[in-house]
Amino acid sequence: MSTSAPPATAAAPGEGRRPRRSRLGRRVPPVVWFFLLVPLAVELFWVFWPALNSFWLSTTTWGGVGVAEPVGTANYERLLADPIFRTALWNNVLWVFGFGGLSVVGGLALAVALNQPRRFVGVYRTVIFLPMVISMAVTGLFWRIVYAPGGPVNNTLELVGLGHLQQQWLANPDTALGAVLVAAVWRQVGYIMVLYLAGLKGCDPSLEEAAAVDGANAWQRFWRVVMPQLAGVNTVIFAITVIDSLRTFDIVWVMTRGGPFNQSQLLSTYMFEQAFSYVNLGYASAIAVVIFALAILFIITYVARQARAEEDDL
Amino acid sequence: MTALSHAGRRRRGLGGTLAFHTILTVVCLLWISPIAFVVLLSLRTFDDIALNGLGAFPTSFTFAAFPEAFRSGGVGRGLWNSLIVTFFVVTLTLALASMAAFALSRYRIPFRRTILMLMLAGNLLPPQILLIPVARIAQGMGIYDTLTAVIVVQIGFGLGFYTFVLYGFMRGLPKEVFEAALLDRCGPVQTYWRIVLPLCRPSLAALAALATTWVFNDLLWALTTLQSEAKFPITAALLNLQGAYASSWNLLAAASLMAAVPPALVFFAFQKQFVSGLLVGANK
Repeated sequence: MSTSAPPATAAAPGEGRRPRRSRLGRRVPPVVWFFLLVPLAVELFWVFWPALNSFWLSTTTWGGVGVAEPVGTANYERLLADPIFRTALWNNVLWVFGFGGLSVVGGLALAVALNQPRRFVGVYRTVIFLPMVISMAVTGLFWRIVYAPGGPVNNTLELVGLGHLQQQWLANPDTALGAVLVAAVWRQVGYIMVLYLAGLKGCDPSLEEAAAVDGANAWQRFWRVVMPQLAGVNTVIFAITVIDSLRTFDIVWVMTRGGPFNQSQLLSTYMFEQAFSYVNLGYASAIAVVIFALAILFIITYVARQARAEEDDL
Repeated sequence: MTALSHAGRRRRGLGGTLAFHTILTVVCLLWISPIAFVVLLSLRTFDDIALNGLGAFPTSFTFAAFPEAFRSGGVGRGLWNSLIVTFFVVTLTLALASMAAFALSRYRIPFRRTILMLMLAGNLLPPQILLIPVARIAQGMGIYDTLTAVIVVQIGFGLGFYTFVLYGFMRGLPKEVFEAALLDRCGPVQTYWRIVLPLCRPSLAALAALATTWVFNDLLWALTTLQSEAKFPITAALLNLQGAYASSWNLLAAASLMAAVPPALVFFAFQKQFVSGLLVGANK
């Protein structure tokens, strides 16, 4: 081993390290500790410490001034009986399936269609991806205009003879959530498409060729040969989608603020409203803890996957 | 270049090509139509919209809405605030993240993988669990309602992701480079500054492009740590504008377009880096 080891490390005391290790410094110099500890301290202070605080706050009642009063599990009991919380929770479930399902179906279909060397494919990809660049807040504003009375959606309905469907999409409790969802999907599809395009690039073309020779049609080849190879991408997209869904805030806040009559409330918007409009800080923290509890499984899935990939790289 | 396309090409005639392009052109037109509609609206006069309706065919053409929104609607100030916040968050986050990634990837720090994964997990937390304590901490430090607060909290929240990506990249650097550095008696700081950072330029560029749009587009942290309109970044300023100019559709359209332009410019200038940045961490 000594011949291939770099002189500097070979001279260091304590021989017999495996070559794989030789790329790592042996003793950690103080300045390197500084390199690590400064960023780590920033993240601990602004992320982990506040997060821990929320858990504690969720067991108190607090109006922002004076001392937070411990109330045990009262906030959580209140949540169980709160019809708006139940609406928000249910809307979040719908959101995960609607937002996730539609963007995955759309993104995957477009990725498969655009994963070929044809003319203009690059242009099509860019157009589909473009909304992803626009912020959720601006997306919300764009679509408020699109849904407005006399706006293009209502006008188009009139034009194709469906005039009776015209309505105030965002002011109607039955349509508000769906209308916001369409806007969010419009923005997300391009992102999912890009992830799937990368996944498709990593698929082995000879497997598909072989299946084609065996007489499998395009549909069978896609589901039986290509899809299994996308398993890894699917896991990541699934985790990202759920985490994103639970985080969704901007677009709903801009378009409806959770209204009308709380019918488009998500957990995130309801939490924000309780915290910053009504200053029920303990109650809002309890909602935040619920969001955390729902997200943590998917966070672990994602991180564990990355950790395993990291190990394979070594 | 998958077999699908090879197999497809054999059978693909003129009809197939025509159908492909027809369908995708329709999809793309549909996709771009909300943006196109907002652009058209921003170029009409208030009277035209009031008289003929929002969805009517334009009978006027003017750029007047843009300067008006820029001056009176707080758009100019909002864009400026956003630029400041974005600049500091992106540079400081990347500086700190590359330091942490360098330490974790190149030195035998105990539990380094655990630390890395914990940092990444911190970035994935739902921000809602941080909002109230973050606002309180900012108040306690006397930085509530300042751009400093928006900047530091976004640095803290983003660090985990960027550290993770840069760590992966730094692990992949050839070890000969570091052996040479040792031979030249480069200390850790010199190795970091003169060797690792220049080699990381591609991934730093990708992350910078991505981070710029993310930070520029943030709304939640601004709403959490700011109160006075004068300090609002463009996203929060738009939200206010929406209330104040509810019926001036052309102004609203112009303002939201101006908010969309900077991240769009970054995207078009760094399209390759942008997409490759998105793929890191998702494509394993």
